[in-house]
Amino acid sequence: MSPTPSKKSADADAAAAAATATQARSSATGLGGGGGGAGMRLIVPLQGVVQGRGGLVLGTLIPCALFYFLQFYLRRNRSPPPTSPQPPAANGPDLPGIVRSSSRNFLSARGSSGHAAVSSRAASIARSGDSPYFVGTKKCSEDPYHPVDNPDGVIQLGLAENRLSLDLIGDWLARNVTNTLLDERQGGLSISGLATYQPFDGLVELKMAVAEFMGQVMQGSVSFDPSQIIMTAGATPAIEILSFCLADAGNAFLVPSPYYPGYDRNIRWRAGIELIPVPCRSTDNFGLSIPALERAYNQAKMRGVKVRAVLFSNPSNPVGNLLHRETLRDLLDFVTEKGIHVIADEVFAGSTHGTEDFVSMAEVLNTDEFDRSRVHIVYGLSKDLSVPGFRIGLIYSFNEHVIAAASKLARFSSVSVPTQHLLISMLNDTKFITQYIKTNRERLRVMYALLVNGLKQLGVESVKSSGGFYCWTDMSKFMKSYSEKGELELWKEMLNVAKIHLTPGTACHCIEPGWFRLCFTTLTEKDVPVVLERIKRVVDNH
Amino acid sequence: MRIYGEEHPNQQILSRIATNDGHGENSSYFDGWKAYEKDPFHLTDNPTGVIQMGLAENQLSLDLIRDWMKKNPQASICTEEGVSEFKAIANFQDYHGLPAFRKAIAQFMEKVRGGRARFDPDRIVMSGGATGAQETIAFCLADPGEAFLIPTPYYPGFDRDFRWRTGVQLLPIHCHSSNKFKITQAALETAYRKARNSHIRVKGILVTNPSNPLGTTMDRETLRTLVSFVNEKRMHLVCDEIFSGTVFDKPSYVSVSEVIEDDPYCDRDLIHIAYSLSKDLGVPGFRVGVIYSYNDAVVSCARKMSSFGLVSSQTQHLLASMLGDEEFTTSFLATSRTRLCGRRRVFTDGLKRVGIHCLDGNAGLFCWMDLRPLLKEATVEAELRLWRVIINDVKLNISPGSSFHCSEPGWFRVCFANMDDTAMKIALRRIESFVYRENDAAVQAKNKRRWDEALRLSLPRRRFEDPTIMTPHLMSPHSPLVQAAT
Repeated sequence: MSPTPSKKSADADAAAAAATATQARSSATGLGGGGGGAGMRLIVPLQGVVQGRGGLVLGTLIPCALFYFLQFYLRRNRSPPPTSPQPPAANGPDLPGIVRSSSRNFLSARGSSGHAAVSSRAASIARSGDSPYFVGTKKCSEDPYHPVDNPDGVIQLGLAENRLSLDLIGDWLARNVTNTLLDERQGGLSISGLATYQPFDGLVELKMAVAEFMGQVMQGSVSFDPSQIIMTAGATPAIEILSFCLADAGNAFLVPSPYYPGYDRNIRWRAGIELIPVPCRSTDNFGLSIPALERAYNQAKMRGVKVRAVLFSNPSNPVGNLLHRETLRDLLDFVTEKGIHVIADEVFAGSTHGTEDFVSMAEVLNTDEFDRSRVHIVYGLSKDLSVPGFRIGLIYSFNEHVIAAASKLARFSSVSVPTQHLLISMLNDTKFITQYIKTNRERLRVMYALLVNGLKQLGVESVKSSGGFYCWTDMSKFMKSYSEKGELELWKEMLNVAKIHLTPGTACHCIEPGWFRLCFTTLTEKDVPVVLERIKRVVDNH
Repeated sequence: MRIYGEEHPNQQILSRIATNDGHGENSSYFDGWKAYEKDPFHLTDNPTGVIQMGLAENQLSLDLIRDWMKKNPQASICTEEGVSEFKAIANFQDYHGLPAFRKAIAQFMEKVRGGRARFDPDRIVMSGGATGAQETIAFCLADPGEAFLIPTPYYPGFDRDFRWRTGVQLLPIHCHSSNKFKITQAALETAYRKARNSHIRVKGILVTNPSNPLGTTMDRETLRTLVSFVNEKRMHLVCDEIFSGTVFDKPSYVSVSEVIEDDPYCDRDLIHIAYSLSKDLGVPGFRVGVIYSYNDAVVSCARKMSSFGLVSSQTQHLLASMLGDEEFTTSFLATSRTRLCGRRRVFTDGLKRVGIHCLDGNAGLFCWMDLRPLLKEATVEAELRLWRVIINDVKLNISPGSSFHCSEPGWFRVCFANMDDTAMKIALRRIESFVYRENDAAVQAKNKRRWDEALRLSLPRRRFEDPTIMTPHLMSPHSPLVQAAT
């Protein structure tokens, strides 16, 4: 290919992220440019075929070979594409005086785009900063609601964070102050047990304490084996590490939707795994349906995409419903039949507030004969113990190979050791933990009832749910049009007029427009009337 | 790729990453670690065990950290004084990090560099240790199949951190002992050209400064060469400066941040620094890594990625107060440097007495030890044979140069800051008696040829050498050195 004009080369450089696309584009131009001569040469043998002189073989082979060589020639002369255009020499420190006219162009392009030689992975995320979640959260942090200091501020209902029971944990710390972490008289630690390298996948003591806690959360229906636990710095890396273990880039997971929007970042972004939403419907109370899974699986197969796992949250985020024992069994049958994995995200297991009992995937495995090696559970203390800042997540796997691989990958996201020790002592106080779980559930129940009943009086219906920090409400009748656009307009109105930040259903890949997730655990009981009054403001407009 | 499902129906299909050897733990270089784990040295319980000299851990100044934590109990939250802060801390999950923490880190980084460079707290991105920092940088700067150039010898962990999940390649820039393993323009050009010729896209250069495993710092000239090279070729420069606080001797430390502040023509978008508190402060258990990039796009992207390795807010809070205590950091850095310097001197002097030299170094927690005279031949195989003898017979876990991709056989990295003085003395004694034994063996082999009939000559030596090496009473006060002298 002839040397491209400098503008084009700068363009190629700037679009380093789309290197392949650039390459494709320029080979296309190359073909077009050489079209005259090459075209003639192609036509001659083809003529031979038509006229019955050249023969079929010659007529096919020669054009193919020509095309092949042309491509080969182009590739050889272009590669590696973006490095070939050298930057203007004026950039070098030796020649400060010489400024070419083109370099000005070059500099400004660099300044504005931050020199796009970052990876395409980085570039893809840099563009995603304007999602509703980021816009809303930004507004909340710029103008946060406070009952006294800023009563007109934005109320954050988009963040699944539990502030209802933090006082309990604070009290525990105050009561159980054994002075510092380093108090050796109290059987505390020496500095070398705290500061030096410790196992990346978590201290054994913490694994034992967490296994105990998980058993307690599941009300003793199942016990957890500490040797199957890999600790990570939060559930986010736990999910990513599992994804890296179970699938290659380009493979896919089936995810019943609506699903937690964070999955897109946790799984798609760096692991390069596709998430295929499997739509659940309001008519089924957003319950998981096996036929829908089957359909999605077959469609993916037809596209040539390899499905490696089913990922679901239970209690579901954003809906808040629990999966029944039968559904879990059917799901296990499904993944066994397809020979794929299943990932159960149970981070809200201890945060149930209904009468219904939570059934863990581990419990179903206990009672039935299933192939356990395909089952993996994600858990964490951010939700159930309301300590998201401490970054405690874990993988609980029944597959020894996954445990082995994940324990090595845990080095990229391990938990700070002082924090691990703090939690070990807290979790080992089982009396406190039992009381905490009970009180927390009760407080969740009160807040949930308060909000859902209040919404009902405004004519806003919610799905009956029994877990999580949120309710899943149907506001479709207040939309101007029954569409994604209508939903986003309503979301904007809620943010700008009612000054409430909600999570819109589209962010959760909900197939039906008009659904919103409202988190109630960052509120106090006094805030609820304020929230309701603000929603009423928007609702009355319609 | 291994497809389990087809061979063993009970096995699950796992990903390539889960089944490949990207973690490096199946390499034979792990044998040293395995030997240590099987038989770890303990002064009283297992005095003949393997001494760990393969771990770059800084334990010489942990007492200072302990004292500070005892004096400032409120910082660690779980005290009466600290509990008032709990509510805000437990729930804090903003991936920007606590403002006080970022400010304190930036301050500390400036202090470590003698105030000759400025760091903007808003450019500090958290990650899970330097391991996580390196991986995040690789994810941000390169796509699978693209490459970074890296001067050899280099820290073998990069093969895992920089490559395993990211699919990025590392291509060596070969450096040699003849110029003390300095990076030259010619070596850079050669490595770059080689990559270009194999149609590999080079996205940048990754260097450690101070160098791991060499224990040396880069001079200003070399840094300038690197900066102008990356500017000329339009690629990134990643400087891993996690040992910057360990520089204990002349020449003083020059960070890339100083060099680019002096260079008005440098495109700062190309410069990135990885930092961590694991080495300089000796707290790897805290898992604090930092990415400092001058490129806005990288800062914003890495910050989003930091969700995969956030530092616990309790630890952030603790470190914010610790590093914010200027008086403490000043005295800590000074004491730590003095102790490291003293330790290195003890170690290298001990080696010198038996004729072993190390590359002149002024930083790091290790020496780059030259055992070329002990090699039977200048090959990697001979180096590994010697290494196995050192692990199995001398009972020291040190790291062979070939595991650092060193192009010359016979170099070894020996860590000296993860043990107390007694263990160091024992380690030295073991090396000394080993060298005597090796030299004796060499002399004997020579003598045997010459004085085949006069076996008597070599016997007395063996009599006092053998028991010291083989007995479990290495702890006995008389060292082989003393015996040899008397």
